[in-house]
Amino acid sequence: MALAESGIQSAVLVGSAPRKRSRSRRWALLGVLPFFAYISIFLLIPTGELIVGAFRTANGAFTLSNLADIFHAPYPQAFEFSLELSALSAVMGGVLGFLVANAVLHHGVPRFIRPAFVSFSGMAANFAGVPLGFAYIATLGTLGVVTTFLQHLGLNIYPSFSLQGLFGCALVYMYFQLPLMILLMIPVIEGLRTEWRESASNLGASSFAFWRYVGLPVVTPSLLGLMVLLFGNAFSAYATAETLGVSNLVTIDIANLINGDIAVNPQDAYALALAMIVIIVITIIVYALLQRRASRWLR
Amino acid sequence: MAEVTSVAETRPSSHRFRRARNRVPVWHLIWLVLAALVFIVPIYSVVQFSLTGVQAGQSPFHWYLTVFDDPMFRSSFWLSIQISLETVAVSLVLMVPTVFWVHLRLPGLRPVMDLISILPFVVPPIVLVVGLLPFLEKITWLFVRPEVLSLIYVIFALPFLYRALDAGLRAIDLRTLVEAAESLGAKMPRTLLRVILPNLRAAIIGGSLLTVAIAMGEYTVASLLEFSTFSVYTYTIGTSTAYEGVALSFISFIFVWGAMLSLYLLGRGGRNAAAVAITH
Repeated sequence: MALAESGIQSAVLVGSAPRKRSRSRRWALLGVLPFFAYISIFLLIPTGELIVGAFRTANGAFTLSNLADIFHAPYPQAFEFSLELSALSAVMGGVLGFLVANAVLHHGVPRFIRPAFVSFSGMAANFAGVPLGFAYIATLGTLGVVTTFLQHLGLNIYPSFSLQGLFGCALVYMYFQLPLMILLMIPVIEGLRTEWRESASNLGASSFAFWRYVGLPVVTPSLLGLMVLLFGNAFSAYATAETLGVSNLVTIDIANLINGDIAVNPQDAYALALAMIVIIVITIIVYALLQRRASRWLR
Repeated sequence: MAEVTSVAETRPSSHRFRRARNRVPVWHLIWLVLAALVFIVPIYSVVQFSLTGVQAGQSPFHWYLTVFDDPMFRSSFWLSIQISLETVAVSLVLMVPTVFWVHLRLPGLRPVMDLISILPFVVPPIVLVVGLLPFLEKITWLFVRPEVLSLIYVIFALPFLYRALDAGLRAIDLRTLVEAAESLGAKMPRTLLRVILPNLRAAIIGGSLLTVAIAMGEYTVASLLEFSTFSVYTYTIGTSTAYEGVALSFISFIFVWGAMLSLYLLGRGGRNAAAVAITH
Protein backbone atom coordinates (compact mmCIF):
# COMPACT_ATOMS: atom_id res chain seq x y z
CA MET A 1 0.00 0.00 0.00
CA ALA A 2 2.67 2.40 1.07
CA LEU A 3 4.75 1.32 -1.86
CA ALA A 4 1.91 1.83 -4.30
CA GLU A 5 1.21 5.24 -2.89
CA SER A 6 4.79 6.33 -3.16
CA GLY A 7 4.78 4.93 -6.67
CA ILE A 8 1.76 7.00 -7.57
CA GLN A 9 3.28 10.01 -5.95
CA SER A 10 6.47 9.73 -7.88
CA ALA A 11 4.47 9.23 -11.07
CA VAL A 12 2.57 12.41 -10.32
CA LEU A 13 5.81 14.20 -9.62
CA VAL A 14 7.40 13.00 -12.83
CA GLY A 15 4.31 13.96 -14.77
CA SER A 16 3.93 17.39 -13.26
CA ALA A 17 7.51 18.60 -13.54
CA PRO A 18 7.64 19.18 -17.29
CA ARG A 19 4.11 20.51 -17.34
CA LYS A 20 5.04 23.01 -14.68
CA ARG A 21 8.13 24.03 -16.59
CA SER A 22 6.21 24.52 -19.83
CA ARG A 23 3.60 26.55 -17.99
CA SER A 24 6.28 28.79 -16.47
CA ARG A 25 7.83 29.09 -19.91
CA ARG A 26 4.49 30.21 -21.24
CA TRP A 27 4.35 32.81 -18.48
CA ALA A 28 7.91 33.79 -19.30
CA LEU A 29 6.90 34.38 -22.91
CA LEU A 30 4.32 36.87 -21.65
CA GLY A 31 7.26 39.03 -20.57
CA VAL A 32 8.38 39.62 -24.14
CA LEU A 33 4.86 40.15 -25.44
CA PRO A 34 4.95 43.99 -25.28
CA PHE A 35 8.18 44.06 -27.25
CA PHE A 36 6.89 41.74 -29.96
CA ALA A 37 3.59 43.63 -30.15
CA TYR A 38 5.49 46.88 -30.63
CA ILE A 39 7.80 45.42 -33.26
CA SER A 40 4.81 43.97 -35.07
CA ILE A 41 2.91 47.25 -35.19
CA PHE A 42 5.78 49.50 -36.19
CA LEU A 43 8.01 47.18 -38.20
CA LEU A 44 6.68 43.76 -39.18
CA ILE A 45 3.12 44.60 -40.22
CA PRO A 46 4.10 47.74 -42.21
CA THR A 47 6.77 45.71 -44.01
CA GLY A 48 4.25 42.98 -44.74
CA GLU A 49 1.75 45.57 -45.96
CA LEU A 50 4.16 47.03 -48.44
CA ILE A 51 5.24 43.62 -49.73
CA VAL A 52 1.59 42.70 -50.30
CA GLY A 53 0.86 46.18 -51.65
CA ALA A 54 3.52 45.74 -54.30
CA PHE A 55 1.37 42.99 -55.82
CA ARG A 56 -1.95 44.84 -55.65
CA THR A 57 -3.77 47.39 -57.74
CA ALA A 58 -5.34 50.46 -56.10
CA ASN A 59 -8.55 48.39 -55.83
CA GLY A 60 -6.79 45.52 -54.09
CA ALA A 61 -6.76 43.04 -56.98
CA PHE A 62 -3.65 40.98 -57.65
CA THR A 63 -1.30 42.42 -60.25
CA LEU A 64 2.29 42.29 -61.41
CA SER A 65 2.10 45.62 -63.21
CA ASN A 66 3.53 47.58 -60.24
CA LEU A 67 6.64 45.46 -60.38
CA ALA A 68 6.73 45.78 -64.15
CA ASP A 69 6.72 49.58 -63.70
CA ILE A 70 10.17 49.33 -62.10
CA PHE A 71 11.50 48.61 -65.56
CA HIS A 72 9.98 51.72 -67.09
CA ALA A 73 11.51 55.19 -67.10
CA PRO A 74 12.62 56.86 -64.91
CA TYR A 75 13.18 53.99 -62.48
CA PRO A 76 15.87 51.93 -64.29
CA GLN A 77 18.06 55.05 -64.45
CA ALA A 78 17.44 55.69 -60.75
CA PHE A 79 18.42 52.11 -59.88
CA GLU A 80 21.49 52.36 -62.05
CA PHE A 81 22.61 55.58 -60.36
CA SER A 82 21.84 54.22 -56.88
CA LEU A 83 23.77 51.02 -57.51
CA GLU A 84 26.73 52.81 -59.11
CA LEU A 85 26.87 55.39 -56.35
CA SER A 86 26.68 52.73 -53.63
CA ALA A 87 29.36 50.64 -55.31
CA LEU A 88 31.72 53.54 -55.94
CA SER A 89 31.41 54.97 -52.43
CA ALA A 90 31.79 51.47 -50.94
CA VAL A 91 34.98 50.80 -52.91
CA MET A 92 36.43 54.25 -52.21
CA GLY A 93 35.58 54.13 -48.52
CA GLY A 94 36.49 50.47 -48.24
CA VAL A 95 39.93 50.65 -49.83
CA LEU A 96 40.99 53.85 -48.08
CA GLY A 97 39.47 52.65 -44.80
CA PHE A 98 41.48 49.44 -45.02
CA LEU A 99 44.72 51.33 -45.72
CA VAL A 100 44.05 53.78 -42.90
CA ALA A 101 43.16 51.05 -40.40
CA ASN A 102 46.38 49.28 -41.29
CA ALA A 103 48.41 52.47 -40.93
CA VAL A 104 46.80 53.36 -37.59
CA LEU A 105 47.85 49.99 -36.20
CA HIS A 106 51.47 50.29 -37.31
CA HIS A 107 53.82 50.04 -34.35
CA GLY A 108 55.79 53.11 -35.28
CA VAL A 109 52.75 55.39 -35.40
CA PRO A 110 52.47 57.56 -32.26
CA ARG A 111 50.17 56.24 -29.54
CA PHE A 112 47.62 59.05 -29.67
CA ILE A 113 46.83 58.44 -33.36
CA ARG A 114 44.67 55.42 -32.74
CA PRO A 115 42.25 56.87 -30.15
CA ALA A 116 42.17 60.08 -32.18
CA PHE A 117 41.12 58.24 -35.35
CA VAL A 118 38.71 55.91 -33.57
CA SER A 119 36.89 58.68 -31.71
CA PHE A 120 36.84 60.93 -34.73
CA SER A 121 35.52 58.09 -36.87
CA GLY A 122 32.73 57.45 -34.40
CA MET A 123 31.78 61.09 -34.69
CA ALA A 124 32.08 61.33 -38.47
CA ALA A 125 30.13 58.14 -39.12
CA ASN A 126 27.25 59.76 -37.27
CA PHE A 127 27.57 63.10 -39.01
CA ALA A 128 25.34 62.35 -41.96
CA GLY A 129 22.13 63.48 -43.53
CA VAL A 130 21.12 67.11 -43.97
CA PRO A 131 24.08 68.70 -42.10
CA LEU A 132 26.54 66.63 -44.13
CA GLY A 133 24.90 67.76 -47.37
CA PHE A 134 25.28 71.42 -46.42
CA ALA A 135 28.82 70.84 -45.17
CA TYR A 136 29.81 69.69 -48.65
CA ILE A 137 27.93 72.53 -50.31
CA ALA A 138 30.17 74.77 -48.17
CA THR A 139 33.21 72.73 -49.21
CA LEU A 140 32.80 71.79 -52.87
CA GLY A 141 29.66 73.62 -53.96
CA THR A 142 29.97 76.29 -56.66
CA LEU A 143 30.86 78.85 -53.95
CA GLY A 144 32.52 76.32 -51.64
CA VAL A 145 35.69 77.05 -49.72
CA VAL A 146 37.76 74.40 -51.50
CA THR A 147 36.26 75.30 -54.88
CA THR A 148 37.28 78.96 -54.52
CA PHE A 149 40.67 77.96 -53.11
CA LEU A 150 41.33 75.83 -56.18
CA GLN A 151 40.13 78.70 -58.39
CA HIS A 152 42.82 80.90 -56.87
CA LEU A 153 45.31 78.25 -57.89
CA GLY A 154 43.91 78.47 -61.40
CA LEU A 155 42.03 75.17 -61.21
CA ASN A 156 38.36 75.30 -62.13
CA ILE A 157 36.68 72.10 -61.03
CA TYR A 158 33.31 73.30 -62.37
CA PRO A 159 31.51 72.48 -64.60
CA SER A 160 33.14 69.05 -65.01
CA PHE A 161 32.65 68.31 -61.31
CA SER A 162 29.27 68.43 -59.57
CA LEU A 163 28.03 67.41 -56.15
CA GLN A 164 24.99 65.86 -57.83
CA GLY A 165 27.17 63.74 -60.10
CA LEU A 166 28.34 60.22 -59.41
CA PHE A 167 31.83 61.11 -58.24
CA GLY A 168 30.80 64.20 -56.30
CA CYS A 169 28.07 62.36 -54.46
CA ALA A 170 30.37 59.41 -53.73
CA LEU A 171 32.91 61.85 -52.31
CA VAL A 172 30.26 63.19 -49.93
CA TYR A 173 29.26 59.65 -48.91
CA MET A 174 32.92 59.02 -48.09
CA TYR A 175 32.38 61.12 -44.98
CA PHE A 176 30.34 58.35 -43.38
CA GLN A 177 31.67 55.37 -45.34
CA LEU A 178 35.36 55.90 -44.55
CA PRO A 179 35.00 56.19 -40.75
CA LEU A 180 32.63 53.21 -40.67
CA MET A 181 35.20 51.15 -42.56
CA ILE A 182 38.03 52.28 -40.25
CA LEU A 183 36.03 51.33 -37.16
CA LEU A 184 35.07 47.92 -38.51
CA MET A 185 38.43 47.14 -40.11
CA ILE A 186 40.67 47.86 -37.09
CA PRO A 187 39.55 44.73 -35.20
CA VAL A 188 39.97 42.64 -38.37
CA ILE A 189 43.59 43.71 -38.86
CA GLU A 190 44.23 43.25 -35.17
CA GLY A 191 43.09 39.67 -35.70
CA LEU A 192 46.09 39.04 -37.93
CA ARG A 193 48.27 37.30 -35.43
CA THR A 194 51.59 38.82 -34.51
CA GLU A 195 53.15 35.36 -34.80
CA TRP A 196 52.29 35.29 -38.51
CA ARG A 197 54.03 38.58 -39.08
CA GLU A 198 57.01 37.51 -37.05
CA SER A 199 57.29 34.12 -38.76
CA ALA A 200 57.06 35.79 -42.16
CA SER A 201 59.66 38.32 -41.11
CA ASN A 202 61.96 35.61 -39.71
CA LEU A 203 61.71 33.75 -43.00
CA GLY A 204 62.89 36.90 -44.73
CA ALA A 205 59.58 38.10 -46.11
CA SER A 206 59.28 41.80 -46.84
CA SER A 207 56.21 43.68 -45.70
CA PHE A 208 54.93 43.41 -49.28
CA ALA A 209 55.45 39.65 -49.37
CA PHE A 210 53.69 39.27 -46.04
CA TRP A 211 50.62 41.06 -47.35
CA ARG A 212 50.74 39.30 -50.71
CA TYR A 213 50.92 35.76 -49.32
CA VAL A 214 49.49 35.94 -45.78
CA GLY A 215 47.77 39.19 -44.91
CA LEU A 216 45.55 39.77 -47.91
CA PRO A 217 44.37 36.17 -48.38
CA VAL A 218 43.29 36.12 -44.73
CA VAL A 219 41.76 39.58 -44.71
CA THR A 220 40.08 39.55 -48.15
CA PRO A 221 36.76 37.95 -47.09
CA SER A 222 36.36 40.53 -44.29
CA LEU A 223 37.43 43.32 -46.59
CA LEU A 224 34.87 42.33 -49.22
CA GLY A 225 32.22 41.69 -46.58
CA LEU A 226 32.64 45.14 -45.08
CA MET A 227 32.55 46.72 -48.52
CA VAL A 228 29.25 44.93 -49.14
CA LEU A 229 28.04 46.39 -45.84
CA LEU A 230 29.10 49.86 -46.97
CA PHE A 231 27.26 49.25 -50.23
CA GLY A 232 24.02 48.56 -48.38
CA ASN A 233 24.67 51.55 -46.14
CA ALA A 234 24.96 53.90 -49.12
CA PHE A 235 22.08 52.26 -50.96
CA SER A 236 19.54 53.12 -48.26
CA ALA A 237 20.80 56.70 -47.77
CA TYR A 238 18.31 59.43 -48.58
CA ALA A 239 18.71 62.68 -46.62
CA THR A 240 22.27 63.42 -47.73
CA ALA A 241 21.48 63.01 -51.42
CA GLU A 242 18.23 64.97 -51.08
CA THR A 243 20.13 67.89 -49.52
CA LEU A 244 22.71 67.81 -52.31
CA GLY A 245 19.91 68.00 -54.85
CA VAL A 246 20.49 64.62 -56.49
CA SER A 247 17.50 63.87 -58.69
CA ASN A 248 17.66 60.29 -59.92
CA LEU A 249 18.06 58.07 -56.88
CA VAL A 250 15.73 55.22 -55.88
CA THR A 251 15.20 56.58 -52.36
CA ILE A 252 14.39 60.03 -53.76
CA ASP A 253 11.95 58.57 -56.29
CA ILE A 254 10.17 56.75 -53.47
CA ALA A 255 10.01 59.94 -51.40
CA ASN A 256 8.53 61.84 -54.35
CA LEU A 257 5.93 59.14 -54.89
CA ILE A 258 4.63 59.22 -51.33
CA ASN A 259 4.99 62.96 -50.91
CA GLY A 260 1.86 63.29 -52.98
CA ASP A 261 3.29 66.13 -55.07
CA ILE A 262 2.83 64.10 -58.17
CA ALA A 263 0.34 61.37 -57.43
CA VAL A 264 1.28 59.24 -60.39
CA ASN A 265 0.78 55.85 -58.90
CA PRO A 266 1.30 55.27 -55.16
CA GLN A 267 1.49 51.54 -55.88
CA ASP A 268 4.82 52.18 -57.56
CA ALA A 269 6.24 53.27 -54.18
CA TYR A 270 5.45 49.79 -52.84
CA ALA A 271 7.14 48.12 -55.78
CA LEU A 272 10.25 50.28 -55.51
CA ALA A 273 10.39 49.75 -51.74
CA LEU A 274 10.12 45.99 -52.26
CA ALA A 275 12.92 46.11 -54.82
CA MET A 276 15.07 47.96 -52.27
CA ILE A 277 14.35 45.34 -49.61
CA VAL A 278 15.30 42.57 -52.03
CA ILE A 279 18.61 44.25 -52.88
CA ILE A 280 19.43 44.89 -49.23
CA VAL A 281 18.57 41.31 -48.26
CA ILE A 282 20.92 40.09 -50.98
CA THR A 283 23.73 42.32 -49.65
CA ILE A 284 23.17 41.06 -46.11
CA ILE A 285 23.27 37.42 -47.25
CA VAL A 286 26.49 38.04 -49.18
CA TYR A 287 27.90 39.84 -46.13
CA ALA A 288 26.98 36.94 -43.84
CA LEU A 289 28.55 34.39 -46.21
CA LEU A 290 31.76 36.40 -46.43
CA GLN A 291 31.82 36.85 -42.65
CA ARG A 292 31.54 33.11 -42.15
CA ARG A 293 34.41 32.60 -44.56
CA ALA A 294 36.41 35.30 -42.75
CA SER A 295 35.96 33.68 -39.34
CA ARG A 296 37.93 30.67 -40.53
CA TRP A 297 41.24 32.41 -39.91
CA LEU A 298 40.48 35.44 -37.83
CA ARG A 299 39.71 35.28 -34.15
CA MET B 1 62.60 59.46 -32.33
CA ALA B 2 65.61 58.82 -30.10
CA GLU B 3 63.28 58.28 -27.21
CA VAL B 4 61.22 55.77 -29.13
CA THR B 5 64.26 53.68 -30.07
CA SER B 6 65.67 53.74 -26.55
CA VAL B 7 62.33 52.53 -25.19
CA ALA B 8 62.31 49.77 -27.77
CA GLU B 9 65.85 48.75 -26.92
CA THR B 10 65.15 48.33 -23.24
CA ARG B 11 62.91 45.43 -24.21
CA PRO B 12 64.87 42.22 -24.07
CA SER B 13 63.39 40.42 -27.08
CA SER B 14 64.68 40.98 -30.62
CA HIS B 15 65.15 44.71 -30.47
CA ARG B 16 66.61 44.85 -33.96
CA PHE B 17 63.36 43.47 -35.29
CA ARG B 18 61.34 46.01 -33.33
CA ARG B 19 63.40 48.95 -34.45
CA ALA B 20 62.98 47.93 -38.05
CA ARG B 21 59.22 47.89 -37.57
CA ASN B 22 59.17 51.21 -35.79
CA ARG B 23 60.05 53.03 -38.97
CA VAL B 24 56.70 53.99 -40.44
CA PRO B 25 56.56 53.49 -44.22
CA VAL B 26 55.83 56.74 -45.97
CA TRP B 27 52.63 55.48 -47.65
CA HIS B 28 51.12 54.81 -44.21
CA LEU B 29 51.61 58.48 -43.45
CA ILE B 30 50.06 59.41 -46.78
CA TRP B 31 46.89 57.42 -46.02
CA LEU B 32 46.66 58.89 -42.53
CA VAL B 33 47.04 62.43 -43.83
CA LEU B 34 44.53 61.78 -46.61
CA ALA B 35 41.95 60.45 -44.16
CA ALA B 36 42.59 63.35 -41.81
CA LEU B 37 41.97 65.73 -44.72
CA VAL B 38 38.74 63.95 -45.66
CA PHE B 39 37.59 64.41 -42.06
CA ILE B 40 38.80 67.92 -41.37
CA VAL B 41 38.48 69.87 -44.65
CA PRO B 42 34.63 69.84 -44.66
CA ILE B 43 34.54 70.98 -41.03
CA TYR B 44 37.01 73.75 -41.71
CA SER B 45 34.97 74.74 -44.77
CA VAL B 46 31.76 74.82 -42.76
CA VAL B 47 33.28 77.21 -40.22
CA GLN B 48 34.84 79.33 -42.94
CA PHE B 49 31.72 79.43 -45.12
CA SER B 50 29.38 80.27 -42.25
CA LEU B 51 31.51 83.35 -41.45
CA THR B 52 31.50 84.70 -45.03
CA GLY B 53 28.86 86.42 -47.13
CA VAL B 54 28.41 88.96 -44.35
CA GLN B 55 27.94 92.62 -45.32
CA ALA B 56 30.28 95.32 -44.00
CA GLY B 57 29.44 96.50 -40.51
CA GLN B 58 27.70 93.27 -39.61
CA SER B 59 28.96 90.86 -37.00
CA PRO B 60 31.10 88.01 -38.43
CA PHE B 61 28.64 85.70 -36.68
CA HIS B 62 25.78 87.29 -38.57
CA TRP B 63 24.36 84.02 -39.88
CA TYR B 64 24.45 82.40 -36.46
CA LEU B 65 22.75 85.44 -34.91
CA THR B 66 20.11 85.44 -37.64
CA VAL B 67 19.38 81.80 -37.01
CA PHE B 68 19.28 82.20 -33.23
CA ASP B 69 16.80 85.06 -33.62
CA ASP B 70 14.44 82.94 -35.66
CA PRO B 71 11.66 81.63 -33.40
CA MET B 72 11.44 78.61 -35.70
CA PHE B 73 15.01 77.71 -34.74
CA ARG B 74 14.12 77.48 -31.08
CA SER B 75 10.83 75.68 -31.63
CA SER B 76 12.33 73.11 -34.03
CA PHE B 77 15.33 72.55 -31.78
CA TRP B 78 13.13 71.96 -28.74
CA LEU B 79 10.83 69.74 -30.74
CA SER B 80 13.80 67.58 -31.70
CA ILE B 81 15.10 67.49 -28.12
CA GLN B 82 11.64 66.53 -26.91
CA ILE B 83 11.29 63.80 -29.54
CA SER B 84 14.77 62.49 -28.70
CA LEU B 85 14.03 62.23 -25.01
CA GLU B 86 10.70 60.52 -25.69
CA THR B 87 12.44 58.09 -28.02
CA VAL B 88 15.00 57.28 -25.32
CA ALA B 89 12.28 56.82 -22.70
CA VAL B 90 10.11 54.54 -24.84
CA SER B 91 13.13 52.58 -26.08
CA LEU B 92 14.46 51.95 -22.59
CA VAL B 93 11.09 50.98 -21.11
CA LEU B 94 10.51 48.60 -24.00
CA MET B 95 13.99 47.17 -24.42
CA VAL B 96 15.63 46.90 -21.00
CA PRO B 97 13.06 44.55 -19.42
CA THR B 98 12.74 42.57 -22.65
CA VAL B 99 16.45 41.97 -23.18
CA PHE B 100 16.88 41.25 -19.47
CA TRP B 101 14.03 38.74 -19.55
CA VAL B 102 15.31 37.03 -22.68
CA HIS B 103 18.76 36.65 -21.15
CA LEU B 104 17.38 35.32 -17.88
CA ARG B 105 14.46 33.12 -18.87
CA LEU B 106 14.29 32.72 -22.63
CA PRO B 107 17.83 32.31 -23.92
CA GLY B 108 16.34 30.30 -26.79
CA LEU B 109 14.84 33.52 -28.11
CA ARG B 110 18.19 35.21 -28.51
CA PRO B 111 18.69 34.26 -32.16
CA VAL B 112 15.21 35.68 -32.85
CA MET B 113 16.17 38.90 -31.09
CA ASP B 114 19.43 39.07 -33.06
CA LEU B 115 17.46 38.69 -36.27
CA ILE B 116 14.94 41.37 -35.29
CA SER B 117 17.77 43.70 -34.41
CA ILE B 118 19.09 43.66 -37.97
CA LEU B 119 15.63 44.13 -39.53
CA PRO B 120 15.79 47.95 -39.29
CA PHE B 121 18.76 47.78 -41.67
CA VAL B 122 16.80 45.64 -44.12
CA VAL B 123 13.91 48.09 -43.96
CA PRO B 124 15.53 51.54 -44.13
CA PRO B 125 13.54 54.61 -43.00
CA ILE B 126 12.29 55.54 -46.46
CA VAL B 127 10.95 52.02 -47.01
CA LEU B 128 9.40 51.80 -43.55
CA VAL B 129 7.52 55.04 -44.15
CA VAL B 130 6.00 53.60 -47.30
CA GLY B 131 4.62 50.70 -45.29
CA LEU B 132 3.57 52.79 -42.29
CA LEU B 133 1.73 55.60 -44.11
CA PRO B 134 -1.53 53.79 -44.92
CA PHE B 135 -1.70 52.54 -41.33
CA LEU B 136 -0.93 55.95 -39.80
CA GLU B 137 -3.39 57.75 -42.03
CA LYS B 138 -6.11 55.66 -40.43
CA ILE B 139 -5.20 56.73 -36.86
CA THR B 140 -5.50 60.47 -37.32
CA TRP B 141 -5.12 61.46 -33.66
CA LEU B 142 -1.66 59.89 -33.57
CA PHE B 143 -0.69 60.92 -37.07
CA VAL B 144 -0.90 64.65 -36.31
CA ARG B 145 1.11 64.46 -33.08
CA PRO B 146 4.93 64.69 -33.19
CA GLU B 147 5.08 61.83 -30.67
CA VAL B 148 4.46 59.51 -33.61
CA LEU B 149 8.05 60.24 -34.68
CA SER B 150 9.37 59.01 -31.33
CA LEU B 151 7.41 55.79 -31.73
CA ILE B 152 8.98 55.23 -35.16
CA TYR B 153 12.48 56.26 -34.07
CA VAL B 154 12.35 53.54 -31.42
CA ILE B 155 12.60 51.10 -34.34
CA PHE B 156 15.66 52.90 -35.79
CA ALA B 157 17.37 52.93 -32.39
CA LEU B 158 16.59 49.27 -31.75
CA PRO B 159 19.71 47.70 -33.32
CA PHE B 160 22.06 49.99 -31.42
CA LEU B 161 20.28 49.82 -28.10
CA TYR B 162 19.83 46.07 -28.39
CA ARG B 163 23.49 45.50 -29.11
CA ALA B 164 24.56 47.73 -26.21
CA LEU B 165 22.20 46.00 -23.77
CA ASP B 166 23.04 42.54 -25.08
CA ALA B 167 26.76 43.16 -24.60
CA GLY B 168 26.14 44.69 -21.18
CA LEU B 169 24.08 41.73 -19.99
CA ARG B 170 26.56 39.25 -21.37
CA ALA B 171 29.32 40.91 -19.36
CA ILE B 172 27.63 40.34 -15.99
CA ASP B 173 26.76 37.13 -14.18
CA LEU B 174 23.04 37.69 -14.51
CA ARG B 175 21.79 34.43 -12.99
CA THR B 176 23.91 34.76 -9.86
CA LEU B 177 22.85 38.36 -9.34
CA VAL B 178 19.17 37.51 -9.73
CA GLU B 179 19.41 34.48 -7.44
CA ALA B 180 21.24 36.52 -4.82
CA ALA B 181 18.57 39.20 -4.98
CA GLU B 182 15.80 36.59 -4.81
CA SER B 183 17.32 34.84 -1.82
CA LEU B 184 17.42 38.19 -0.07
CA GLY B 185 13.71 38.46 -0.74
CA ALA B 186 13.61 40.94 -3.62
CA LYS B 187 10.80 40.63 -6.14
CA MET B 188 11.61 40.71 -9.86
CA PRO B 189 10.81 44.41 -10.55
CA ARG B 190 12.93 45.43 -7.56
CA THR B 191 15.77 43.18 -8.72
CA LEU B 192 15.66 44.73 -12.15
CA LEU B 193 15.59 48.27 -10.77
CA ARG B 194 18.08 48.00 -7.92
CA VAL B 195 20.47 45.25 -9.04
CA ILE B 196 20.46 44.92 -12.81
CA LEU B 197 20.05 48.55 -13.87
CA PRO B 198 23.10 49.83 -11.95
CA ASN B 199 25.16 47.09 -13.56
CA LEU B 200 23.96 48.10 -17.01
CA ARG B 201 24.55 51.80 -16.49
CA ALA B 202 27.30 52.11 -19.13
CA ALA B 203 25.30 50.17 -21.72
CA ILE B 204 22.16 52.20 -21.02
CA ILE B 205 23.90 55.57 -21.18
CA GLY B 206 25.80 54.55 -24.33
CA GLY B 207 22.68 53.24 -26.05
CA SER B 208 20.74 56.33 -25.02
CA LEU B 209 23.34 58.72 -26.44
CA LEU B 210 23.25 56.89 -29.77
CA THR B 211 19.46 57.02 -29.68
CA VAL B 212 19.59 60.79 -29.12
CA ALA B 213 22.01 61.12 -32.04
CA ILE B 214 19.64 59.16 -34.29
CA ALA B 215 16.52 61.03 -33.22
CA MET B 216 18.16 64.46 -33.48
CA GLY B 217 19.49 63.85 -36.97
CA GLU B 218 16.59 61.96 -38.52
CA TYR B 219 15.24 63.70 -41.59
CA THR B 220 13.50 61.15 -43.83
CA VAL B 221 10.46 60.31 -41.72
CA ALA B 222 10.13 63.77 -40.16
CA SER B 223 10.05 65.49 -43.54
CA LEU B 224 7.66 63.00 -45.14
CA LEU B 225 5.26 63.25 -42.19
CA GLU B 226 5.71 67.04 -42.33
CA PHE B 227 6.98 67.82 -38.85
CA SER B 228 9.35 70.76 -38.37
CA THR B 229 12.13 69.00 -36.51
CA PHE B 230 15.60 70.48 -36.35
CA SER B 231 16.88 68.68 -39.44
CA VAL B 232 13.77 69.54 -41.46
CA TYR B 233 14.20 73.16 -40.39
CA THR B 234 17.88 73.04 -41.38
CA TYR B 235 16.92 71.71 -44.80
CA THR B 236 14.21 74.32 -45.37
CA ILE B 237 16.40 77.25 -44.26
CA GLY B 238 19.47 75.96 -46.08
CA THR B 239 17.76 75.56 -49.43
CA SER B 240 16.76 79.24 -49.34
CA THR B 241 19.90 80.72 -47.69
CA ALA B 242 22.90 78.40 -47.92
CA TYR B 243 24.86 80.40 -45.31
CA GLU B 244 22.23 79.86 -42.65
CA GLY B 245 21.94 76.19 -43.55
CA VAL B 246 25.70 75.81 -43.16
CA ALA B 247 25.63 77.63 -39.81
CA LEU B 248 22.92 75.22 -38.66
CA SER B 249 25.04 72.31 -39.91
CA PHE B 250 27.85 73.47 -37.69
CA ILE B 251 25.50 73.58 -34.71
CA SER B 252 24.37 70.01 -35.31
CA PHE B 253 27.98 69.00 -35.86
CA ILE B 254 28.83 70.36 -32.40
CA PHE B 255 25.85 68.46 -31.02
CA VAL B 256 26.80 65.12 -32.59
CA TRP B 257 30.41 65.69 -31.61
CA GLY B 258 29.40 66.28 -28.00
CA ALA B 259 27.25 63.15 -27.91
CA MET B 260 29.97 60.99 -29.47
CA LEU B 261 32.70 62.46 -27.28
CA SER B 262 30.77 61.60 -24.14
CA LEU B 263 30.15 58.16 -25.57
CA TYR B 264 33.84 57.77 -26.24
CA LEU B 265 34.91 59.02 -22.81
CA LEU B 266 32.35 56.67 -21.32
CA GLY B 267 33.67 53.66 -23.19
CA ARG B 268 37.28 54.82 -22.91
CA GLY B 269 38.06 53.72 -26.41
CA GLY B 270 36.74 50.24 -25.83
CA ARG B 271 34.22 48.48 -27.98
CA ASN B 272 31.61 51.13 -27.23
CA ALA B 273 33.40 53.63 -29.42
CA ALA B 274 32.76 51.46 -32.44
CA ALA B 275 29.06 52.06 -32.02
CA VAL B 276 27.72 53.91 -35.00
CA ALA B 277 24.25 55.17 -35.54
CA ILE B 278 23.32 55.74 -39.12
CA THR B 279 21.01 58.65 -39.67
CA HIS B 280 21.33 59.59 -43.31
